[in-house]
Amino acid sequence: MRLRSLIPGALLVLLVVVAATVSIVWTPYDITRLVIADRLQPPSATHWLGTDQYGRDIVSMLMIGARTSLVVALVAVGIGAGLGVPLGLLAAARRGTLVDEAIMRMNDLVFAFPALVIAIMITAVYGAGAVNAIIAIGIFNVPVFARLVRGAALSLWTREFVLAARVAGKGTARISFEHVLPNLASLLVVQATIQFSLGILAEAGLAYVGLGASPPTPSWGRMLAESQTLVSIAPHVALFPGLAIVGAVLGLNLLGDALRDWLDPRLRHAR
Amino acid sequence: MIAYLARRALVLAATLVVASLVVFTTIEIVPGDPAAYMLGLNASPETVMALRRELGLERSGFARYLDWSTGMLRGDFGVSYTYRTPIAGMIADRVTVSLPLALFALTLAIAVALPAGLLAASRRGGALDTAVMGFTQIGIAVPNFWFAMLLVLLFAIELRWLPSGGFPGWQAGVGTALRALILPSIALALPQAAILARVLRSALLDTLGEDYIRTARAKGLSPRATLWRHALRNAMIPVLTIIGLQFSFLLAGAIIIENVFFLPGLGRLVFQSIASRDLVVVESVVMLLVFAVVMVTFLVDLAYAWVDPRLRR
Repeated sequence: MRLRSLIPGALLVLLVVVAATVSIVWTPYDITRLVIADRLQPPSATHWLGTDQYGRDIVSMLMIGARTSLVVALVAVGIGAGLGVPLGLLAAARRGTLVDEAIMRMNDLVFAFPALVIAIMITAVYGAGAVNAIIAIGIFNVPVFARLVRGAALSLWTREFVLAARVAGKGTARISFEHVLPNLASLLVVQATIQFSLGILAEAGLAYVGLGASPPTPSWGRMLAESQTLVSIAPHVALFPGLAIVGAVLGLNLLGDALRDWLDPRLRHAR
Repeated sequence: MIAYLARRALVLAATLVVASLVVFTTIEIVPGDPAAYMLGLNASPETVMALRRELGLERSGFARYLDWSTGMLRGDFGVSYTYRTPIAGMIADRVTVSLPLALFALTLAIAVALPAGLLAASRRGGALDTAVMGFTQIGIAVPNFWFAMLLVLLFAIELRWLPSGGFPGWQAGVGTALRALILPSIALALPQAAILARVLRSALLDTLGEDYIRTARAKGLSPRATLWRHALRNAMIPVLTIIGLQFSFLLAGAIIIENVFFLPGLGRLVFQSIASRDLVVVESVVMLLVFAVVMVTFLVDLAYAWVDPRLRR
């Protein structure tokens, strides 16, 4: 396994997860109290990463922002895998039938709607909110998982152990879940990590343009949007949320690479 | 090839019809009364009635869908409620900003990714390879709008080399207009370049393991000539696929980047329309974006079938 991407990746992800978890019970400062006298302070001993234009502590904002990012990306991966995996298994089990064709065409249709476009439609009709981002990124994830699972499951269906299960009289649904799915676990873990990191980037982008979490919920993307006009007088306000996004996404990508190498030995020599 | 083409065109048409139904239903049917929604809570019943008549909302949903979809086929997108001008004209204006931005960024991404991927693959495992891969790892993780803000801070605010935002319009001269697109394009190109470089590198490494490469080397061709003449050509197939697949990310990126630089493109139009609840404009722009994604996927599929006859199943 590639230790040089596992260790930094795991450390970065751990940092984000711990920050998000601790923020549920404790943050250095209360971010609901606006202290205008302390506004736009540079990093110091009292405020490690400084304060924003409302005098809110940036470390505290980033910690709660981590929670928003993780929750949105995690639930979106859950939606994508929760719907996409069964659909992919079904398509593979019913290969070549109308069911398979219908699922694959539906996939193509969803591929035509980038997450941003889905978010635009939902927001235009229902207004902004973190739930929109979750739904938009979640829908975007469904065909990703469905395609991956179908492709991998198709080859598993020709293997001896699946044939044996069929001879034993097991139905397609049982074979799919008891024999095919467990063999896809490593593939799914790696893809989930990738979609997780894409989800964090997408959440930040949506929040930045006002299609994600709405105030007062702190979100890394919206912190950047609010800092845009201040970038020349207080660059630190724009610097740290961006670094937080890069850290989280980089960590997940490195972790994903390491996991893939570990779970799929065939790839070890190729990289 | 003709049969393949006809089948693909049929699927394309069906996808567009279903996609347009999804867009129409989400925006016009689901909210209940679009007129009441567009006017907000304080509107009097009379104004809501007037808008309902103007939008033709008393007719059935299906009749309105037919009107809207056949209108778009003729290039008629309806009239914007807030601006009182034909939407087709507004979109045409905005496309002259968004499309050059996307193409500029794509060109830039390819121009950076090709040498980077080649270099990394030819020095596999070396310091240069590690450096290129490290850069691409960061390029993928950096949100393009944040990178855009950093570019503005450095090149517009500190160094004052380039404008920090806005667009003078093409009538101000091609040079002046392109200058306004330089920073947005760089920001938009960064993640694309990183992804393309990675894909090219791994595609090259895959092809370099093939038998025909060994044959070419055995026949005395230099490693450099083998790389350029044999490996690169075959590695371009996955690269082209990724360029096609990345198109929707490029589009989404362009929409977000336009907001960083206050560029009057489709992205700005759609967000202004959301803010002013101009659902008719949102609907049209969304459909146009979906159309673009579907068309690019279709063209990539065709290019693929043209390159590799085995795919014309």
